[in-house]
Amino acid sequence: MALSIATRQLDGVTILDLSGRITLGEGSVQLRDAIRDLIGKGDKNILLNLGDVNYIDSSGLGELVSAFTTAKNQNAEVKLLNLTKKVKDVLQVTKLYTVFDIYDDEAHAIGSFK
Amino acid sequence: MKAKIKADFLTGPQKGRRSFKLPSTMDSVAEVESAAEQLTQAAGLDEDEGFRVAMAVREAAVNAVLHGNGYDPAKQISASFENDGKSLIITIADEGEGLDPEKIPDPLAPENLLRGTGRGIFLIRSFLDEVHFRQLHPGTELTLIKHLSPAAHQNEPQDSDKK
Repeated sequence: MALSIATRQLDGVTILDLSGRITLGEGSVQLRDAIRDLIGKGDKNILLNLGDVNYIDSSGLGELVSAFTTAKNQNAEVKLLNLTKKVKDVLQVTKLYTVFDIYDDEAHAIGSFK
Repeated sequence: MKAKIKADFLTGPQKGRRSFKLPSTMDSVAEVESAAEQLTQAAGLDEDEGFRVAMAVREAAVNAVLHGNGYDPAKQISASFENDGKSLIITIADEGEGLDPEKIPDPLAPENLLRGTGRGIFLIRSFLDEVHFRQLHPGTELTLIKHLSPAAHQNEPQDSDKK
């Protein structure tokens, strides 16, 4: 299952609801393009809802990291919401869990941007 | 050049291993990943362990297709799967220029933590009990081993010893 991305706005935060796999050839490029579009438009507050992402590979991890660093370089922020067990597992093993600002409650996540 | 891995090729412990040659495509990666999932399910691994093994196998297949063979249609990847009752043994080989595992930077080092690449081999090592590299001249073969028996872990060091 490829990655699907739905975008919504809430209190000045752009939320990307991601569903599917973030892997080489299946979701990495879509995620990269979506983040670049948002940052290009001047969005500063980006929240990636990974609640329906049940698989991420090393390529997908790379895209998350690139999204994080690209945003930071543009004075924007990318934060993560609702990690599934498998995604959390991979982020912890690779120590990226400590890099990202991660939430399991959407209201808290949105409030953190203010 | 389709060499489909049969859906029912592994149903449990058996003698010998099943080997496949596949083209250097992402379809082959998906086939190898699917075969690894079947292998772990047939071996009775729980969902988390099965996910880890299948993911490691997928990473190895991606490395073989992408970094090893560079999607070259003239080159193939080889994959083999075995359940000998004690371990799951999976090999993935490419026909590329070779890979020196010692030269792969540590993705956990602070200076590498925010790099966009370089986590594949690390994940493979993290998710399996043994990983062996063999140079084929040309190519690289990875042997990935997951122990099945809990007794196999009793005398092993804890996770801190894993790379």
